[in-house]
Amino acid sequence: MKSVKISTLFHLIMEVTIYAVLVSAYLILVLHFLLDWLKELFTKQPEVYALVAILLMIGQSVGLERLTASLVHFARQRRE
Amino acid sequence: MFFPISGVHLDPIYLILIGFVVGTLGGFFGVGGSFLTAPALFAVGLPMNFVVGTDLAHIVGKSIVAARTHRVLGNIDLKLAGIMVIGTIAGSETGVQAIEFLKKAADVDLVVGSVSVIVFTGISLFCAWESWMTLRAKARTSWSSDPTLSKRQDATAIDGFAKAVQKIKLAPMVRLPHSGIASISFWAILFVSFIGGVFSGFLGGGAGYIRMPAMVYLLGIPTHIAVGTDLFEIIISAGYGTVRHAMKGNVDIVIALIMQTGAALGARIGANLTQYFTGPRIRLAFASIPLLGAIVIALRLLNSHHP
Repeated sequence: MKSVKISTLFHLIMEVTIYAVLVSAYLILVLHFLLDWLKELFTKQPEVYALVAILLMIGQSVGLERLTASLVHFARQRRE
Repeated sequence: MFFPISGVHLDPIYLILIGFVVGTLGGFFGVGGSFLTAPALFAVGLPMNFVVGTDLAHIVGKSIVAARTHRVLGNIDLKLAGIMVIGTIAGSETGVQAIEFLKKAADVDLVVGSVSVIVFTGISLFCAWESWMTLRAKARTSWSSDPTLSKRQDATAIDGFAKAVQKIKLAPMVRLPHSGIASISFWAILFVSFIGGVFSGFLGGGAGYIRMPAMVYLLGIPTHIAVGTDLFEIIISAGYGTVRHAMKGNVDIVIALIMQTGAALGARIGANLTQYFTGPRIRLAFASIPLLGAIVIALRLLNSHHP
């Protein structure tokens, strides 16, 4: 039972660490490449800005989540 | 760091920390955490219109992360969430209209603030009393406190309300097998979500502080499933609000993404932590959250109305 708990905690820490790295990289890429474009959209095309804004949030949440799950799965398989 | 969309200077570490705190609370309790985020953003100089819109955008991202974890844990009743979305959106529009009416008729900040303090304190005291009574009753009986028990074996000290609501035979009746409910009126679910939506439109944020306990006490949904389903429902309602606010120029998506960095991590941790607590213990811990919101709003009211 104790080893199962330690294993679950280890997987959670591994998952959170991978997610933290990916989410930071995503943020740096958005700030570097999209900041000026977003500012322009905000002032000139609010409808497109609204769509891009929600897509960026979904991309960060769903896309990175899937990528993390795949990487965790891959790491587990390698450990076993 | 300068944010060109809203035109303010903010510390990104501060934003990540706020996100992490509300993300953890949101993942664990199924709330958006606006009552903490809004004053925290407003205090560092973000204009109020951006506070409301940006907070909603970050709630969407955080709720997606937490809801996906809850889905893996089997804590989401999709049928229930689907019905609740209808009531929430209708209620939200009603709440917004009530605000528009108050803007013309009264001191909107004072009315909304006072209602918030009364509602939050009431929910807090009620949840604390009920979960404490349940835990005491459990200690006296053979009901085990083992958190690995089925989520449908949740207990409340006042399950009479939920049983009475489930006895209302107002067609169409709905079966919610995932929540362990054999039959409940569609209108009862719609009413609870409508009330949640009214509070969301009237007081701002996702209104999980009222919807989550209402699902447990009025509909009889087990606590873990109420938390997961509420988060799923918040994705839809907050997503709708985000798009509307973004079109009106009230969302700084860069601030929301930075907050989301901390919130996503917190949400994963908070959602995973629910596995280790029984329903009454989650509700007992939840009781402190609306009270915290009431204190924050009461302090803000006292400061703004001080001569």
